[in-house]
Amino acid sequence: METNPTSAEELKTIRKIMEESTKFLSLSGLSGVFPGIFAIAGALAAWLLIFRKNGISTDQYFNTAASTVMSFISWKMLIVALTVLSLSLATAFYFSVRKAKRTGVNFWTPVSRRMMINLFIPLVAGGIFALILIFHGHTGVIIPVLLIFYGLSLVNAGKFTYNEIFYLGILQIVTGLLCALFPAQGLLFWSLGFGVLHIVYGLFMYRKYEA
Amino acid sequence: MKDLISGLNKIFESRIRLGIMSVLMVNDSYDFNSLKEVLDVTDGNLASHLKALEDKGMIHTRKRFVGRKPNTSYSATEEGAVLFRQHLNALEELIKSQ
Repeated sequence: METNPTSAEELKTIRKIMEESTKFLSLSGLSGVFPGIFAIAGALAAWLLIFRKNGISTDQYFNTAASTVMSFISWKMLIVALTVLSLSLATAFYFSVRKAKRTGVNFWTPVSRRMMINLFIPLVAGGIFALILIFHGHTGVIIPVLLIFYGLSLVNAGKFTYNEIFYLGILQIVTGLLCALFPAQGLLFWSLGFGVLHIVYGLFMYRKYEA
Repeated sequence: MKDLISGLNKIFESRIRLGIMSVLMVNDSYDFNSLKEVLDVTDGNLASHLKALEDKGMIHTRKRFVGRKPNTSYSATEEGAVLFRQHLNALEELIKSQ
């Protein structure tokens, strides 16, 4: 059977092509580590510059529906959150584009487009929902909402990239639900979900696929 | 042995055609340039194999304009999908029988 070695080889190539054409594999582990660090820095900044400085406890802020007195805090929190988000997105893109270049593949492919669409639909919906919650002064549920919607985005995008993203999504959802149970600890859960989980995940992925 | 070979299809006897079909089995549709990139082949080479597969009714071609640029995308026909799956099964059987 002379054809056998080539048949085996052919099947291997076919499997590889099938995976490469459906999975976005340029996602870098470092795209997780840096956003994680930014998230923790953001939480610290919020704690030091907003709560301690104004002598307001997180319990007061997250547990009571914010009155107009509290709304200035919400705007400051929003600025911190948006800074963390934009820095995170920028570094996530940077490291993924770099990994794509390094492995010699294109960053912008039908698969990466599909992954982005699936990632951004729940993410944008969650972001808008959070803005509406701020507008109505429902401060206690904003962080849980962000964590849950982010988790759902990852679960959705996980079909088009590494499987681990799916599990990271599940953990973010769980963190968000726990946060909803203990709203006063919002900053802590924020650091746990967006911070610690990202860093642990990123290091794990970096060691597994890139180191 | 005869049964094993019968699933193998002459249409797919080329690395590039196998590649094209592999991509189109797991994606609803794929455009020319992305196919070129995934398979790492030249324009002319890819075009001639796509033409051959289309002539045999294995794939659909869809031409349209994205802005001003022509964009051609391909998808597997039902018949193409069935025959390719048979081809893969036959390849697997062949390996197992070794």
